[in-house]
Order: sequence, then structure tokens, then C-alpha cells
Amino acid sequence: MALLEVEGLRTHFFTREGEVKAVDGIDFALKQGEILGIVGESGAGKSVTGFSILGLIDTPGRIVGGRIHFEGKDLTQLSPSEYQQIRGSKIATVFQDPQTSLDPVITIGRQLVETLLTHRPEMAGRQAEEHAIGMLKRVGLPSAAERMHNYPYQLSGGMKQRVVIAMALLNDPHLLIADEPTTALDATIQAQILYLMQQLVKDFNSSLIFISHDLAVVSQICDTIAVMYAGRIVEYGSREEILSDPKHPYTQGLIACLPALDGSKKRLKPIPGTMPSLLDLPQGCYFKDRCPLADAQCDLYPPERIVAGRRVSCHKV
Amino acid sequence: MLRFILDRLFHTFLVLLAISFITFFIMYKAGDPVQLLLPPDATQAQVVQMRHTLGLDGSFLTQYRSFLVQLSHGNLGTSFVYGEPALKVVMERLPATLELAVLAMLLSILIGIPLGVIAAVNAGKWKGKAIMLFSLAGISIPVFWIGMVLVLIFSVLFDLLPSSGRGEVYLFTSALTWDGIRHLIMPVVTLALFQLARIIRLTQSGMREVLTQDYIKFARARGLPEHKVVYGHGLRNALIPLVTVIGLQFGQLIAFTIVTETIFAWPGTGKLIIDSIQNLDRPVVVAYLLVIALIFVVINLIVDLLYTLIDPRMRLV
Repeated sequence: MALLEVEGLRTHFFTREGEVKAVDGIDFALKQGEILGIVGESGAGKSVTGFSILGLIDTPGRIVGGRIHFEGKDLTQLSPSEYQQIRGSKIATVFQDPQTSLDPVITIGRQLVETLLTHRPEMAGRQAEEHAIGMLKRVGLPSAAERMHNYPYQLSGGMKQRVVIAMALLNDPHLLIADEPTTALDATIQAQILYLMQQLVKDFNSSLIFISHDLAVVSQICDTIAVMYAGRIVEYGSREEILSDPKHPYTQGLIACLPALDGSKKRLKPIPGTMPSLLDLPQGCYFKDRCPLADAQCDLYPPERIVAGRRVSCHKV
Repeated sequence: MLRFILDRLFHTFLVLLAISFITFFIMYKAGDPVQLLLPPDATQAQVVQMRHTLGLDGSFLTQYRSFLVQLSHGNLGTSFVYGEPALKVVMERLPATLELAVLAMLLSILIGIPLGVIAAVNAGKWKGKAIMLFSLAGISIPVFWIGMVLVLIFSVLFDLLPSSGRGEVYLFTSALTWDGIRHLIMPVVTLALFQLARIIRLTQSGMREVLTQDYIKFARARGLPEHKVVYGHGLRNALIPLVTVIGLQFGQLIAFTIVTETIFAWPGTGKLIIDSIQNLDRPVVVAYLLVIALIFVVINLIVDLLYTLIDPRMRLV
């Protein structure tokens, strides 16, 4: 049985300019211990998907349809206080920018202990501190006990992201949502954090949704990949299938943008044009204006089909 | 730290010197107090005699020099009108003014900050709009008008509160006797209203900015209850700029008491300075301004020290 099942999720933002369909009917599922990568360019709805699962969509946004099944409950039906109990314990998150994720005027120790005690009020203060120090050690923060008294500005970006990860893992989450967790870091630190997350997710036997615009990063750690475009999933399947044999022209385009790692000097092929505005989506397939294969058939939005073991929505497959 | 305080003391000394010179000069140019002090039919001999007694017969620079010599002995001169040491005259009146200013400040902080937070959290809803409308009115309505309307309603119409004086004073303050408290209510409310409105607006705009920060969203993602997110993390960060402004406002409040004291015939320094300027009582005016300047400097010092308490990033200095 799946840990998380998202069915027909639609999250729209009701702005002055009109209704922005940031996420418009997506389905995916996650088994325990699975790592799912959601890729797509900015504005494709990746982060909104993550925040929808967390129940943290700010006004003027709202989940207008669909279900989010998590451990047998439909999260969209939870009361605010029930949701609050799940956030930070069963479902935890790591944000993109460690520089701004931590409260700048409070020591990291207090922020860690606070997160712990919110979900385990029965814990003694001393015990919570020990637990927090233990977690900082697990994420590889040097001299963890002394670091508890540090303020965020006293740590480097990589160290802060380790603290944020420690904070996410404090309450043994079953699902971790990481929204571009390595994007704001230096390349060397990026690799370390990526490896760390992969290890920890395995150790804790939790599932991970890894949101990134970078297919190269996603392909390093994920079991399954969902490619999002303009609020919808256009291709969804296992990593091997998608990377070795992409079916959707957009996925093919994304892979053609990656430099080859075997040293062969292929020419990078950018995808022409930009993603359409979510306020003004074209009739039919959203990708047709940038697609080399588009024809009259594409004036109808393509239904999802199972092709070669993965889900894809394109007429041309 | 010690160096910082010594630097400050030196600056203070220069500021006080400059203030004394400017005030001295303006009062010197403003007119001849002897003409005001003596009856119109006084003889020339009496005028010369008086001028000599008050030390007004030298040139401007001689007079200022003798003022500085006296100052170095801790003497600010003798009031022309009261015949007592000017500093003593000011200090006798100071408790009445400080009492008004401190109570008004406390009132506006204790009400203004929570209202500002509520207005920020409910921005765009009727609750937030109502608070902001109230604060707009508080900023726009002149102090003297509010004072007079209060007197009209509570003293003249309903005869509930006394319209003038301090009432019964115990240990330098009216706040410890029932009669004194009744006398305090209207002047304090009048004085506080403008500051209250300003604190609401500042808190609201500061909070609205802070509430959009990542660490607030991350605090929610950690599952913290809303009041902890808003007050524990939001307000704590919004307070940093607020403390500076509140400190400066306290100085302004002392200055504003001039109007309030005049309306309610409050025997404080505000009324004293108006009377003394009219009587060209130079020693009292100079003494008043030096005392007020000193209070400003002390408040600023306290604000700087508070800053390092609230914002750990300032402790590096």
C-alpha cells in the first residue's frame, strides 16, 4: 500500500489578474522508502505541489480539487490543528534556501528543541537537547553540542542546510519533502548534502519527494521521476526508463539540455521558447508551441497513456 | 563595549555643548528680560543695577564664558523669574512630565503592539482594516483637539474626570493616589493616542514584512502552533526596528507634553518651558534643553544596548 497517494490534485491561485492554475490535476503515488523526483522549470507547479501536501498554501491560493491520501487519511479534509500535528512530525520539509529558513535571532538549539517539544510535549527539556545534539551529529555537523548555542548567522550555508535537515528529521518523518534543497549551495557542498539526504532517507526508511529544476541532480538520487509542465505531469515513471528512453518531447528536450558525462562533445540543445503563462494557457497541449512534433492533433489536450511502463501524455508517442 | 560607551559620552558632551551655545545665543537675541522683569516706570539706574545682578551687562561671549565657568562647577545659573537655581526649577517639574510620558509610552506599547500584530495577521479582513482605520485617525487628529474634546465630554458634560492639575501627589507621582489617577487619565490618553497610532502602523507594516519570510513558513512547516509562529518568531523579528523607533518616540513624547500640559494645566516642564520662553528666562530654558537632551542621549544608549539583546547579529560589534 502506498504511503502517499495524490489524486487529481488541483491548486489554484485567485489573483487580481485571474485564476492561476498552478497545479491542475496531478496524480502520483509514493511507497515507503521511495524517492520521487519532481522536475520542471520554474512556475511548473513543483513547489506548489509540495506546499499543497504540507497544507501550507497561502491566500489567495487554495486546493480546489483532488485528494491527498497519507497513511489512510485524506489530508485535504484535516482540521488546521490536525494538520499542524502532522507537519514537522510525520511530514517534514527542507526548503531551498538555508540562509532564510532559520529564524535569525534565535539559537539553532532552541529552534531544534522547540520543534521537538511541539510534537513530543512529554519529553524533558534536557532529553530534547540530547536528542537534538544527536541529530546534529547524524547530519554531520562538527562539534554539534557547541553549535547548539550558535545563531544561524554564525554557520555557513552548507552547515545551515544540515541543521535544517536535522530539524526535519527530528521527529522521524515518514515523508520528507525537499524543495530544491541543494540549489542555493556551492557545487561541492551540493554533492555532500545530496549524498547525506539519500543516506538519511534510507536509514530512517522514510520516503522523499525531491523537487528540483535540475534533472541531473534528480537523476542522481531518485527512484521515480515526475516531469511537470505548466501545472501538469507530462511524464511519470521509473528513473531508468525515463532517463534512458524519454518519451515525451519535453522530457527529451530536458535531457538534451544536459551535458554528457562520458566526455563526448555533443552540442547542447536548448528547448526553444518559454513555458506559457498559467493565466493564458493555449488550447490543447500546453507544450505544442515549443514542440518539434506538434501538429493539428495537438490542439486537443493529450490524455495520459501508459507507454513502455510509464505514464505519458502526448499524442505523438 | 567600554569603548563604545566612552565614545558615546564624549559625543554627548559635544552635543550638550552645542545645544547650550545655540540656546544661549537664541535667547540672547530674543530680547531683554530686564524690560519684562522691571515695571515700566523703572529708572535707568535700576535697569543698570538689575542687568548687573543678572550678569547681563557683558558682551555675548563674556556672558557665555561665565556660563561655561559656572557650568564647570555644576551650576546652570539662577532663574531670572523664580530667583532659584535653574536646574532645581526644572528638576522639580520633571517628575510630573516624566510621569505623563512614561505612562503614555507604556499605554501605547501595551496596546499598540498587540493591535499591530492583529492588524498584520488579519490584513485585508475587516478586523485588520478597522484597526488601521483607527490608527489613521489617531495619527491625523491633532493632540490639542483630542484633549479639548475629552475635557468637553468627561469634565464638562458628564463631570466624571477633573480637567486640570495633578491632583494628590505621593512620592513624586500622582499614579499612587486615587485622586491622582483620576487626574492622570485624560492627559495620558491624549498624549498616548498619537504614539499608539504610530506604533500600530509600525508594528503592522513590520509584521507584514516578517510574516512573508521563509523562516515563518518554515516554522509553520515544522508544525509550530500559530501563536508561536506569530509571536515567538514573527514579532521577535519585527521588534528589532521597532525598538529604535519607540526609543526615539519617547523623546518626542517628552516634547509633545508641552501641548498636553498646556491643555490640562499640568505643572510639568512643558508648561514651564513655555512660560520661561515668554519671560525670556534664559537659565531655565538652557537648563531645560540640556536636561531633555541628556534624556534623549540616555534613551538612545538604552536602545543600542537593547538592540544587542534582541538581535544577536549586533553583538559582534
